[in-house]
Amino acid sequence: MKLGLLYSRIRKDEKLLLSELRERGHEVVKVDVRKQRFGLSETTADVLDCDLVLDRCLATSRSLYATRFLAAYGVPTINAPETAAVCADKVKNSLALEAAGVPTPATEVAFTKEAAMDAIEAFGYPCVIKPVVGSWGRLMAKIDSETAAEAILEHKATLGHYEHKVFYVQEYVDKPGRDIRVLACDGEPVAAMTRSSDHWLTNAAKGGETADFELDEEARDLVATASDAVGGGLLGVDLMETADGEYTVHEVNHTVEFKALNEASAVDVPAAVVDWLELKAEVADEAVMTA
Amino acid sequence: MTEAECVECGGTVALHDDLEVGEIVDCETCGAELEVVDVSPPVLDRAPELEEDWGE
Repeated sequence: MKLGLLYSRIRKDEKLLLSELRERGHEVVKVDVRKQRFGLSETTADVLDCDLVLDRCLATSRSLYATRFLAAYGVPTINAPETAAVCADKVKNSLALEAAGVPTPATEVAFTKEAAMDAIEAFGYPCVIKPVVGSWGRLMAKIDSETAAEAILEHKATLGHYEHKVFYVQEYVDKPGRDIRVLACDGEPVAAMTRSSDHWLTNAAKGGETADFELDEEARDLVATASDAVGGGLLGVDLMETADGEYTVHEVNHTVEFKALNEASAVDVPAAVVDWLELKAEVADEAVMTA
Repeated sequence: MTEAECVECGGTVALHDDLEVGEIVDCETCGAELEVVDVSPPVLDRAPELEEDWGE
């Protein structure tokens, strides 16, 4: 297949994919989105004859717009712009999970400090406030007291970009020192790992320790439903275990990193992803043939 | 193993063989993050600063 790869930084994840793709003899067109222009019907990006374009943009804004343009040109992308739009925004993400009946932490959004304070007081302490757009656990706050809440809201309202004035307040899930990251292709888990830390943020990007994790049937079902809820694709589904022994899905990521998962798991993650990309390219080709 | 010059300190940066354009390497002399902008021959530039919407 001829696969386009949108990027602005080649991380270890992209290197693993590039290596796997080239070893199998696929033609890869690397597209640095920083150097491209996207018009309403044409682009400088050399991807129009690609069987499939994989979005690996590091910047969410670029990912959202680049995939939207490619879809407008009729170029199939992984992930679809609709999926990216839902996953990139925590509000849309939470609403999609709730609508699909996937257990997800209770969440409220408020637009003023006063209303946000009411939401925080309603949840009680501790609770959590997160930016609606962001990753790697950055700018997330566990709020332990009223004074902390006042300070955080004041800082966000005064110093933040307008998006920080969309106050996304969430219940604190007392997880057992770990959460679970599942990489899934159209809802089918490829591999899963736990991310453990003494800190309340367990993200691998924050230094959480990773270990292979065997998913049970309930978790597999939730991953499939959560994937469908956001439109499917190559996704990172994040789950937490609650004190009641249930799962709750806190988010689904659309440009999922997997280098830590590849090291923690016995599964060859890039090989499994490329297997799936080959299938997607075949399906895209068939769709073009029958159109 | 190849080498390139650090644009920050002028030191020599050792590079591995499967270098990719767009990859980030660290200068062990000054600690700068450098972006690979060409591979033959290898050329390095200062890496972009972390942006708020970066991530996954």
